[in-house]
Amino acid sequence: MYTPVKHILPMTLIRRERVLPAPGKVLARAGQKVNVADVIAEANLYPEYLLIDVARTLHISAEKADRILQCQVGDQIAQADIIAGPIGLTRRLIRSPREGRVVLVGSGQVLLEIAGKPYQLKAGMPGEVVDLIPDRGAIIETGGALVQGVWGNGKIEFGAIRVLAQSPEFEVKAADLDVSLRGSITLAGYCQDEEVLKTAEELPLRGLIFSGMAARCIPQASRLSIPVIVLEGFGKYAYNPAAYKLLATNEQRPAAINAEMSASYSAARPEVIIPLAVPSSVGLPVEIAPLAANQTARLLRSPYSGETGVIVAHKGRVTFQSGLRAEAVEVRLENGQNVVVPIANLELIA
Amino acid sequence: MTSRVDAESLLAVDVGSVTTRAVLFDVVEGRYRFIANGSAPTTAGAPYHDISEGVRLALDQLQAITGRILIGSDQQLIMPALPDGSGVDSFVATISAGEPVKVIAIGLLESISTESARRLALTTYSKVVEAFNLNDRRRTDTRLNAVVRLRPDLIVAAGGTENGASQSVVRMLEAVGLAGYLRPHSQRLEVLYVGNQAIHDELQNTFRDLVNLHFAPNVRPDLDVEQLDPAHAALARLAGEIRSQQIPGVAELNLWANGGLIPSATAFGRVIRFLGKELAASKGVLGVDVGASATTLAWGKNGDLSLRVFTQLGLGRSMAEFLHQVQLRDIQRWLAIEVSEDQLTNYIYSKALYPATLPVTDEEMAIEQAITRQILAAAANRFFAEEAAYGALKDGSSQQFDAIVVAGSVFTRAPNLAQATLMLLDGLQPSGVTTLVLDLNQIMPALGAAAAINPLLVVQVLESSSFLHLGTVIAPSSRARMGSPVLRLKMTYESGHETHLEVKQGALEVLPLPIGQTARLHLHPLHRADVGMGAPGRGGGLKVVGGALGVIIDARGRPFVPPADRNRRQELFRKWQWTLGGQ
Repeated sequence: MYTPVKHILPMTLIRRERVLPAPGKVLARAGQKVNVADVIAEANLYPEYLLIDVARTLHISAEKADRILQCQVGDQIAQADIIAGPIGLTRRLIRSPREGRVVLVGSGQVLLEIAGKPYQLKAGMPGEVVDLIPDRGAIIETGGALVQGVWGNGKIEFGAIRVLAQSPEFEVKAADLDVSLRGSITLAGYCQDEEVLKTAEELPLRGLIFSGMAARCIPQASRLSIPVIVLEGFGKYAYNPAAYKLLATNEQRPAAINAEMSASYSAARPEVIIPLAVPSSVGLPVEIAPLAANQTARLLRSPYSGETGVIVAHKGRVTFQSGLRAEAVEVRLENGQNVVVPIANLELIA
Repeated sequence: MTSRVDAESLLAVDVGSVTTRAVLFDVVEGRYRFIANGSAPTTAGAPYHDISEGVRLALDQLQAITGRILIGSDQQLIMPALPDGSGVDSFVATISAGEPVKVIAIGLLESISTESARRLALTTYSKVVEAFNLNDRRRTDTRLNAVVRLRPDLIVAAGGTENGASQSVVRMLEAVGLAGYLRPHSQRLEVLYVGNQAIHDELQNTFRDLVNLHFAPNVRPDLDVEQLDPAHAALARLAGEIRSQQIPGVAELNLWANGGLIPSATAFGRVIRFLGKELAASKGVLGVDVGASATTLAWGKNGDLSLRVFTQLGLGRSMAEFLHQVQLRDIQRWLAIEVSEDQLTNYIYSKALYPATLPVTDEEMAIEQAITRQILAAAANRFFAEEAAYGALKDGSSQQFDAIVVAGSVFTRAPNLAQATLMLLDGLQPSGVTTLVLDLNQIMPALGAAAAINPLLVVQVLESSSFLHLGTVIAPSSRARMGSPVLRLKMTYESGHETHLEVKQGALEVLPLPIGQTARLHLHPLHRADVGMGAPGRGGGLKVVGGALGVIIDARGRPFVPPADRNRRQELFRKWQWTLGGQ
């Protein structure tokens, strides 16, 4: 049985494929050093088209309209440029209402692609472009510490880590955020107050790393312009000790926060990367691992949500309090307690 | 009914969004039987991004259970079976994993052909992201921009009765043609046209160089007639192809299945259609499958089928979307324990993050089952409202069925059958006389897919004991006051022994009748209660067969609304569970 691995690593090689959602133009070069906000590819994801019906506007046949067209496919047209005409006694003209490029003409019509602001794909992490993916993006690699979360609001930033949460169980209030945190990526604890989000944006912070967050805050957090990452889950969670220690001991270090949503079928997990020089012996972390004794696991469901421990033994099929039967393992929690949990309710940490 | 068969084994794989199942059928003593199933987590998502690993693990487990070698040293399925007993003779596959197929529905009239195109799209795992019709007054380029922006996986276009409109259909498809022109050849739009069949050639001539055009029978051959079923087969095939392109490993699975990969919901619907026809059921057979990716409702009657897939009503990743469709208090009303809105919201979003996780505490099990009740209620309400308005089976349905066949882990893994049954009764609220059947081994998709190549297998497995008969439900519908008698019944067992019972409004009662036994039931409704015998107050006799829970009389009222007071709810929920044999 193989299980997905969530990474909390003080030193690792990190390689990420960064791709456009649709084909576009790759701007990065192989070997290029990039920063978090550097644009590595762009695409006109949402091109806008304008259909100019010359024949209908001039009340002439499509064939006649085609004969008086003043543009052809590929032409760049400025606003008010003549598209068709002149025709008739009054020398009527059709002018382009917008700037654009002619992509289709015929049947008395002209189709313009309106120039729009392209979608820009950011590097999302500092590092080196180790490979290019034609028309799509690039593969970026860096060394450093890596902490992965469970939810993010899709934003990307770079800044120095500041620790507001003085313990893993800390609950943040809006009043705790002051100007001393301005411009930082703040390790803020558990959040159940939407005012915290509002204040963080007003200051502004560069990003928020929560242990847990009340799920009702999701709409507000999603609208925020700064990145928000939830490391443990929705509800009152403390930071797991490994993540807290790793982030707290890196206070003041610059970090990249990539709060991309972990979409159902994508590999993207929200994560914090602290770039560090790593020895060449350090390799890429495993993404899946066989479930075995002595591995560190994080428990995902009540009554041990968010707790971490070490797998002791496979227990076979077990009946739980709810009456449900499932394949289970015994886990020794950090507090020394041994508990039995379904295999489905844990993920490995490495 | 069926005779002995030539030995031919069949292996079916169903790739769900959370679990992949491999199911083996073979001939035992001259008849097809379900042998065993193996399961493994689906590996469509991170970190595998290829369903093959999950399929392999499910097959490994099946091999371990049966001792039968299915995969050769070349990692290919051994087919046909070899004399040494390894391999299988045939293979079928179904899939429900993957994001819903993004569909734009196009038609001429909003409430006629456009609605039928939309309803057709919703017979598979899809999400209708936009709809165009003649009345929406948008310019062609506005529609074009919508197609470009939304990047649909599929366009379903209807319009024109048989030999009816043609030019308006071409006009409606103009934006799609333009979008097709703008796309690279490798990303051509898939378009399924299910309108006027007389203009197929014209459409082919106009659009074949721009889009991948597929045709299926007209869903609106007449203004008053909607026929989704014939077009559904083409849609199912297309949905399978789209999945093959989107998820690595699906194409190979489809190859194993000889190109016959179909959506799990299609397979589920086939079995329900068969049962509806086979049982000559006057009220039809309702199929309900509550899965992680979607809830599927299928209603089969006299060979007709109405099918609807609710991708926003699943117990997995779509749960967060479900929150936008219901009020939290609608879920809380099914809870006998104190669960705040915050707790409930946190639970739902957490489950959406980790759909494969399991409820191991009493509290989480109660929440999961309360959500299931509300999912069933939401799905049934929408399904029957649309059926009454548009469906092929419209007949002023009052949610009466001859049988309800239920699938889904939330039922099969329920701690006891009482809990599974109460979820069904509370969520679906059937009235009249209904038989409840549970797909205990989760083989419905496998059977539906098998039906295409081996119908005899399906018949014989359905006749076997692979499905669990939960019991017969008698649900009088009445406006009588709480505590007033609404039904007198007499049950005569095979032994000649008689049991008499008077049931009061608000009660839930059980008469034991073990599996394998039959009894004669005489119903005498009171206070004009409707027990499904044709009219309110009308009674009569009927034969009932035994089930795991016996004969259940659910006189809690229709609609049944649980008590507003939590303490009272707790008391009644415990009592009802106890009555049905739960703890």
